[in-house]
Amino acid sequence: MSRRPGFVLEVDKSTPPTLFWSGETFGLETLPEGSRVIYAPEPMKAIEDPYRAIRHALLHPEGDRDPLPALLRPGMKLTICFDDVSLPLPPMEAPDIRQMVIETVLDMAAEAGVDDVELIAALALHRRMTEEELRHALGDRVYDAFAPHGLLTQHDAEDPDNLLFIGETDQGEEVEINKRAATSDLLVYVNINLVSMDGGHKSVATGLASYRSLRHHHNPQTMRHSKSFMDQPASELHSANWRMGRLIAESGVKIFQIETTLNNDTFPSNFGFLQKREWEWSLRDRASYAAASKALSKVPPRMARQIFHSIRSPHALTSVQAGEVEAVHALTTANVWAQQGVDVEGQTDILTMGLPYICPYNVNSIMNPILVACLGLGYFFNMYRGKPLVREGGVVIMKHPTRPEFHPGHHPSYIDFYEQVLTQTIDPVQMHKEFEESFATDPWYVHLYRTGHAYHGVHPFYMWYWCAHAMAHLGRVIVVGGDPKAVRRLGFSPASSLNDALEIASDVVGPSPTLTHMHNPPIFMSDVH
Amino acid sequence: MSTLLFERSLPRFAAARLMSSFGSGQGAGVGPLRLVERDAPTLPANGWVHVDPVLSGICGSDLATLDGRSSRYFEDIVSFPFVPGHEVVGTLTEEATGAEGGLLPAGSRVVLQPVLGCAARGIVPMCPACHAGHVGNCGYIAFGHIRPGLQTGFCADTGGGWSTAGLVAHATQIYAVPEALSDEDAVTVEPVACAVHAVLGAPIAAGDVIAVIGAGTLGLLVTASLGHLAAAGRCATPAAVLVGARYSHQQRLARDMGATEALPSEQLGRAVRRRSHSLSYGAASGLTATLSGGADVVFDCVGSPESIAQSLAMVRPRGTVALVGMPGKVTVDLAPLWHREVRLAGAYAYGSERSEGADDAVSTFSLAFDVAAAQQTGRLVSATYPLARFEDAVAHAGSAGRRGAVKIAFDVRKGPIR
Repeated sequence: MSRRPGFVLEVDKSTPPTLFWSGETFGLETLPEGSRVIYAPEPMKAIEDPYRAIRHALLHPEGDRDPLPALLRPGMKLTICFDDVSLPLPPMEAPDIRQMVIETVLDMAAEAGVDDVELIAALALHRRMTEEELRHALGDRVYDAFAPHGLLTQHDAEDPDNLLFIGETDQGEEVEINKRAATSDLLVYVNINLVSMDGGHKSVATGLASYRSLRHHHNPQTMRHSKSFMDQPASELHSANWRMGRLIAESGVKIFQIETTLNNDTFPSNFGFLQKREWEWSLRDRASYAAASKALSKVPPRMARQIFHSIRSPHALTSVQAGEVEAVHALTTANVWAQQGVDVEGQTDILTMGLPYICPYNVNSIMNPILVACLGLGYFFNMYRGKPLVREGGVVIMKHPTRPEFHPGHHPSYIDFYEQVLTQTIDPVQMHKEFEESFATDPWYVHLYRTGHAYHGVHPFYMWYWCAHAMAHLGRVIVVGGDPKAVRRLGFSPASSLNDALEIASDVVGPSPTLTHMHNPPIFMSDVH
Repeated sequence: MSTLLFERSLPRFAAARLMSSFGSGQGAGVGPLRLVERDAPTLPANGWVHVDPVLSGICGSDLATLDGRSSRYFEDIVSFPFVPGHEVVGTLTEEATGAEGGLLPAGSRVVLQPVLGCAARGIVPMCPACHAGHVGNCGYIAFGHIRPGLQTGFCADTGGGWSTAGLVAHATQIYAVPEALSDEDAVTVEPVACAVHAVLGAPIAAGDVIAVIGAGTLGLLVTASLGHLAAAGRCATPAAVLVGARYSHQQRLARDMGATEALPSEQLGRAVRRRSHSLSYGAASGLTATLSGGADVVFDCVGSPESIAQSLAMVRPRGTVALVGMPGKVTVDLAPLWHREVRLAGAYAYGSERSEGADDAVSTFSLAFDVAAAQQTGRLVSATYPLARFEDAVAHAGSAGRRGAVKIAFDVRKGPIR
């Protein structure tokens, strides 16, 4: 049977209740008649032999690049950088696609007699990965060959000895990246392109950059003018990264870009019902849903979190392309849209979304309230091309428990941001002006980022800036089932049920609003006409 | 005349202590405090006058005494039975010369400076502290022509504010209340003076990070005094005043009184860490961790073992912890104090203050009047009670924070309310 495309359902009397994520649990909600529910396209067919496809891509590069073996020679300095633990979501079943690509690159390097090879996790300002996470991403063979010799490192955006100032773009943006990567004869960057924002020049210009460099585009101004992040021509974030990436290329840094796309087969079969259309649930799906819901309602959130974070996704490779950055990324973007794009006619007054337990910044961690805001308003809201799914002045209703819980090791500055910044202002521009620098340069956060597993001190600001476009666009944000105090701290309105939320929303959008629900998983992107 | 009298009674003392285990202020009805009929005390010597109390506050040290939790250190410097009440605004029943030298006619509103130092005790020559103007540090508080008592309200011979019979005060103890001040403002002048003295006694430098633990009456008044005295040029201007307050109304008041940040107590350490650009030992979250740097001065306005430990964890090496809240017998790990050469300083009462760069000393009370007027500290008086309802009043004071209150006082007015 051929793969079915994305689908917009109009809710009528016969429509069964719709699945909503809510953190570490999920439930069914009955949507008003006439509501729309957007379902993602079904998973694309996986490439049967990923190693063969990878090898083919490396031998047949896109754009103005020689095949990888032709770029490799004895005595050269080769650096392989790779995306960190934030991709893919959830982490994929072994072998991870990074492992497959890097093993293939290393085989070619060995054949060419390259001795000086280093691997760098491109963290930007994310937390350092644990050994277990690195082993999962790279495989034991690669890890054991490099890590014990200090040849597998994690980018340190606060290490002045290992940063290189490249120059300034024509817009005055300072570009400073990892010195080892910048001074290598060849920089191979291995991407997992889960959404259309990932990859391209952003890989090096962001993933290997310092705060000095990142602040030029991770700010409220850029974020408000990225409509959306996923729509490259309309994204100022994209434009800034492209300016920086081109400067890096002009400076002589030779990049061999490898980008991979995955299908949206997100959860293993025991959670398969999550990504099915509800009216197509089999008896087994219904039983799985009932059992999982009941079990999750009985266990404490902490245990539910552990269960979910142990899930490995059956994501499979759908494309791999390599070569010159921009040529590669054009193909990748088309492949991402082929998997995730859904045509949607017109905007809605109310956009509803169930937020899951995970986002790029809490893998093996806690989804704190700032990340809840970022996932809903930074990511889901921005999963569009053309126009936002929800009209200007409309309402977003998110469902999530939004507990004021933080992982002290991963998110220490988030705690202070929640206590000391959000209590003063929720305005991205004001906090940027008054608080950002003191968090970014705080020696304790810097210490924890460099030596522990903490996100950089400025990271919660960036998460808040991700919401800036949505915050400026929306009339109200309502969180169903969230901790009321935490929800109010974020500047949102708490509601105990979806019906309450609709009642609250009617103050903003009137008594007969249109409603559209983003059904997830899996994620999708809307082409709003 | 109604008077609340505190008598030495071991069984009642034990009962109060037992009841206070259910909450501060719960033992007033069974403890050594009784409502009795009693005449005004006689004047002990020349230079003393009668004062009719109008409002008299209930302070933390009063509560500790009523709860039976006061330190045994005080046993020899109080005399029984005594009438509590040392935060007093009242009226003179006869003409008198005030502490600042002017002649005050009968009926003048006055605030009591309650310390019973050498002048009040008729001791000549004065002890070195009184001679230097530091009456709060008087060494002779158990001697002279009145019985022992560190303050009015703890001395058997002077009476106290919790009485309609009145009290006796030495001329050096009385300060005229400016017309602009309400009775509520005036009754807070004594604790304001404690706060002013604490602030001026601390080595605050420009740009310092100051932490205030606790936002009851003293914590709020220290916060208010920091701002006012800095603006008046009497102390340096700190970069930030961070206040740890348990209750939301306290946080609101602290911000209103000049706190840079007022946060729940458990968040104060993290705020201090961030403001002082410190690293943190122990807990990554900085919750109970010791800081590499920390606040330059910590005002502990609670005085509990926990607050002292918290102070030591958040003060910088060679910084100062000022104990403003009255502590008792506590168990605290002093290793950080020793290792970091922290100065742990008491901050008790008042006297005269000599600001850096100023030629003349000025009485703490005159500065306190300025702070009280500028900050309208009378707004901290949340409720007043008649003496007959002393059990309710003391229970209210004991749970003030939890009940959204700050300062509870007895209303012993005979005339019109001002």
